[in-house]
Amino acid sequence: MTTTTYPQVLTRRMTEHPADSHTLARYEATGGYQQARAAMGMTREQLVETVKESGLIGRGGAGFSAGMKWSFLAPPRPSYLVVNGDESEPGTFKDRQLLERDPHQMIEGIIIASVANEVHEAFIYIRGEYPKPARRVQHAIDEAYAAGYLGDGIFGSDYQLDVTVHLGGGAYICGEETALINSLEGRRGEPRLKPPYFPAAKGLYMLPTIVNNVETVSNLPHILEMGADAYKALGHDKDTGTFLFSVSGHVKRPGNYELPHGITWRELIFDIAGGMLDGRELKAWIPGGASAPWFVPEEHLDMPITKDDCGQAGSMLGSGAVIVMDDSTCMVKAAERVVRFFAHESCGQCTPCREGTTWMQQILARIEEGHGRAVDLDLLLDVSDNISPGLAWPPKMTTICPLGPSAVSPVTSLAKYFREEVEAHVTEGRCPLG
Amino acid sequence: MSWSPETVARAERIMQRYPERRSAVMPLLYLSMLEDGYLTDDGMREVAEWTGLTPVQVKSVASFYGMFKLRYTGKYLVSVCTSISCMLRGADDVMAAVEDEAGVPHGETDDDGVIAVEHVECIGACGGAPAVQVNYELIEGITPEQARDLVRWLREEQPDKIVADDLQERFGGTRSFDWAIRETEGAVGPFPAFGPYGTVAEEDRS
Repeated sequence: MTTTTYPQVLTRRMTEHPADSHTLARYEATGGYQQARAAMGMTREQLVETVKESGLIGRGGAGFSAGMKWSFLAPPRPSYLVVNGDESEPGTFKDRQLLERDPHQMIEGIIIASVANEVHEAFIYIRGEYPKPARRVQHAIDEAYAAGYLGDGIFGSDYQLDVTVHLGGGAYICGEETALINSLEGRRGEPRLKPPYFPAAKGLYMLPTIVNNVETVSNLPHILEMGADAYKALGHDKDTGTFLFSVSGHVKRPGNYELPHGITWRELIFDIAGGMLDGRELKAWIPGGASAPWFVPEEHLDMPITKDDCGQAGSMLGSGAVIVMDDSTCMVKAAERVVRFFAHESCGQCTPCREGTTWMQQILARIEEGHGRAVDLDLLLDVSDNISPGLAWPPKMTTICPLGPSAVSPVTSLAKYFREEVEAHVTEGRCPLG
Repeated sequence: MSWSPETVARAERIMQRYPERRSAVMPLLYLSMLEDGYLTDDGMREVAEWTGLTPVQVKSVASFYGMFKLRYTGKYLVSVCTSISCMLRGADDVMAAVEDEAGVPHGETDDDGVIAVEHVECIGACGGAPAVQVNYELIEGITPEQARDLVRWLREEQPDKIVADDLQERFGGTRSFDWAIRETEGAVGPFPAFGPYGTVAEEDRS
């Protein structure tokens, strides 16, 4: 995160104090926990209203207003807060940095969200493959308990708040909020039907539950500190605040970059991420995590990066994971690798997803190996259509959750931009890129 | 029944963190792996008793998640990420090097029971691709040659604990981001090293 021209909010402390940004001492020396303290003196309505006004969009990828999500919380108490740190979508590694490098920022956000929603028990679900971030978070929680910021009577009040880290077991699907709740209840991580199982009404243990992403929660202290208007002004139009982009693939400087929306893809890929490796040409990129339909330079390079622009172009900004591919990349292989991920991570509840993703992976693999048939691309689209009828964007679903339709994105992208390359695999009986 | 007093004490502390005891299934499965090296039928029966489930219910949960191993996976589990971002940066060559040097393919453990090899989906290290984990401790920016060195080093040294910072320094390259200070905590087996689960080893600082 080395950008100098844009203001840093979430990543500022870790940039200015790399050696100890994760410690309570540094956090407090740089103004930490002042906003949680202030929140103790505010009403729930004031807090929810401030977050609504800030326009904070959830950073988990679905693009929903965090304040609205809070206001749906049903009245029966107790209620729970669950922080989603199950970050597992290929290309995404921003939450790992927030967890590892500034855990107190998230914990302060948890306190604010809990007070705003009258929550006394919060869980942080961290993916099992993140033991180091989990250890850093646990150390920070221990520090916060010792300082009287968590536990009984936080900040000298009579408010009680307990926070527990729960490690996942290696299943991407648990990033889906109802699957995460099942997992936290000690069940298989299978998504629940919505309705009726909207977490705000019937969540953890069938009680009202808020599920917010790590980055979403980490924004809360800053929104209180600078106020809703100043926070909005950091962003671009409807996309308020800053946004963490995870850039990976064939660029010179992969990494997480905190940026405002509204810059162009050209600026992100060529200026901020340093441009293409080894002087090669840009061929395509995945704009918002493995489940997003792909973009190509001829059509999208000078497009501003906003939620709406991405949506209108038939894709999404999702969780901000940008995967860049150069002209040496076999698009069939890239698609196969993405589809393989979803096939592997399908929970198996819904037949179109369980069978369809595996079938698509097998078809793509045989095309890549040079054993494809002329009808295979149409077959891929047919299978896709059974998972996501009409192949529209945003996708329609024949499944409980969006995992299956996510596997359709690489296939429709191939058909739209790289049909000739697929056909060359079939007619030449091998990968034309060698 | 068979758990050590330390593990029993940890299990009791974990149970207190959850409103319903069923929620402790996953943490207790990690405790069970610490006790036995992997999930045995006896271990899952023990977890069932703690959580009020049947052994079959526990196995149904355990078998859903990739990190709960139902058979022995070596002293060191080497997991190579081959998802898209790592694949673009050469992960398939890293995987081939690990398999060749370890002498076993994906999903298998070598004859000495020292090293197990698997390819895994995204481990959140895309900015430092290609990435590998040993007992879930991360190494970013690894080359096929370094991956061979890693496997040889594990086999020869057989360290008691695996520390991410240590491995990164010996075998890694470019990282997703600066990790800051060096840490000494590490993994004691093929499960994530996390204090409350008793799976973390710390260097003697005396």
